[in-house]
Amino acid sequence: MVFSGSGGQGVITAAIILAEAAVLYENLTAVQAQSYGPEARGGATRSDIIIADSPIYFPKVTQPNILVCLTQQAYAGFSPIIRPGGMLLTDSRYVKTEKKVEARQLSLPMYDTVMEKIGKPIVFNIFMLGTLIGLSPLVRPESIMKVLEKQIPAAFLEMNKKALDLGLELGGTYRQ
Amino acid sequence: MGGQVKFIQGNEACVEGALYAGLGFFAGYPITPSTEIAELLSARLPQKRGIFMQMEDEIASICAIIGASLTGSKSMTATSGPGFSLMQEALGFAVMAEIPCVIVDVQRGGPSTGLATKLSQGDVNQARWGTHGDHAIVALTASNHQDVFSITVDAFNFAETYRTPVILLFDEVLGHMRERLEIPQPGELPLVERLKTALPEGVDYHPYLPREDGRLPMSDFGGVHRYNVTGLFHDMWGFPSENPSIVYGLMRHLTDKIEHHVDDLTRYKEYYADDAETLLISYGSSARSALHVVMNRRQRGERLGLLELQTLWPFPSELVREKAKNARYVVVVEMNMGQVLQSVKSAVDRPDKVSLANQVDGTLITPTTILNILRIIQGRGV
Repeated sequence: MVFSGSGGQGVITAAIILAEAAVLYENLTAVQAQSYGPEARGGATRSDIIIADSPIYFPKVTQPNILVCLTQQAYAGFSPIIRPGGMLLTDSRYVKTEKKVEARQLSLPMYDTVMEKIGKPIVFNIFMLGTLIGLSPLVRPESIMKVLEKQIPAAFLEMNKKALDLGLELGGTYRQ
Repeated sequence: MGGQVKFIQGNEACVEGALYAGLGFFAGYPITPSTEIAELLSARLPQKRGIFMQMEDEIASICAIIGASLTGSKSMTATSGPGFSLMQEALGFAVMAEIPCVIVDVQRGGPSTGLATKLSQGDVNQARWGTHGDHAIVALTASNHQDVFSITVDAFNFAETYRTPVILLFDEVLGHMRERLEIPQPGELPLVERLKTALPEGVDYHPYLPREDGRLPMSDFGGVHRYNVTGLFHDMWGFPSENPSIVYGLMRHLTDKIEHHVDDLTRYKEYYADDAETLLISYGSSARSALHVVMNRRQRGERLGLLELQTLWPFPSELVREKAKNARYVVVVEMNMGQVLQSVKSAVDRPDKVSLANQVDGTLITPTTILNILRIIQGRGV
């Protein structure tokens, strides 16, 4: 899968958290890679994640089954690479979707829900992760929380847990 | 195994390997895509009572690790192509003065400042012949984080065993991607410690007088023995000499101590190589793409195999010749214009059956690209 957005939205952090949860707490194989260079500042940020139950050799994603775009620029740049029939998750505040994409498009109010229910944009990426695993159970939410417990100060855990749970709830209503 | 499991970048796997091997001193000048190595060691080394120094440039960095190694510390620096170019003169000094040290080159696109944040494997021949004069050198690589860890340990072991600089040639994809690393328990991987002279203070110590097994015990510089270290051809005292028999003897020693131990220095992996009709030869991150192709095609019954080289120098010619013997096609997969290709062609019985599958646009060659090139080589069209 590919997570894309702009610098500061936390898409790379979200990618690392998801892949780390899969490796450390789900006994799965995962690799995470990201684009470096000028495009990582201000332009469209991209992180590739592969999760599998067997060894992963080629570490890059050429055709993602799941694509997340959190800005219009990311959507314009990366929506053409999605695997036909894949799932394209966008934020309804930041991205205006087009009909021409060969994928199941889900434009969900992730940012607006975070601002309305929590009021802190810093947990937008964790909400997005919750939405994603609500839609597609890649890893268990507890595994995400275990990674967060190692990495963030205890004072912020509750807010992140709330963002993850709200995301799960939103994603779950669209799960096929 | 059964040690701590981490989900980390390749550069961090290199750091973990170096610390496991007993790294005591690091000097470096940050450069993409190797920067994380310096960054992490600046935090980790002082915790282990080691020393981290950020230097003014790469020339100073390699000089500092040479000096530190002489005083008894296992030493390392890390850089990328442009910095590695600057290190070549002092690398030759380390070869000549026989100073154990490890130089990590996380390769990016070149020449010059090239492609600062993108991938290449263009420094393979620079590692071999970047410094002037006849010499032997050890250069190693790997394609996944577990192997990055263990080959880094090997690099320190070889440096100590053979009193030589060892180059670790990683690349941008490997350095930056994250995957699983299980850190071996202490004692699980063998470590070679510095061979030190048993001579006490007051007894003459000859720094360049080999023992019967050819090894040269060291004495911590600044310790109990006074001796000379030079980049000039030198006698057993370490003082400059132009005596032809001493010059010849030292040249033979510097070359033979590496070239006569190719078997010990060779690290490789093989996947279905024995019955392969088409044998891929690759190393570093491009070996991942090649392995993807091999695993995929084997499931469809195609007789594809992979020889993954981890030791690039001294080049394991005998191994390559043997593994390529029965293959109809030998295809070298690399991210340069054919640097290992030339060594493979020299090694095999029939150079005309060796082809190149390469990509030099700064991105990792994909399994699809390799497959397409294979189909053309095999005369099957794309």
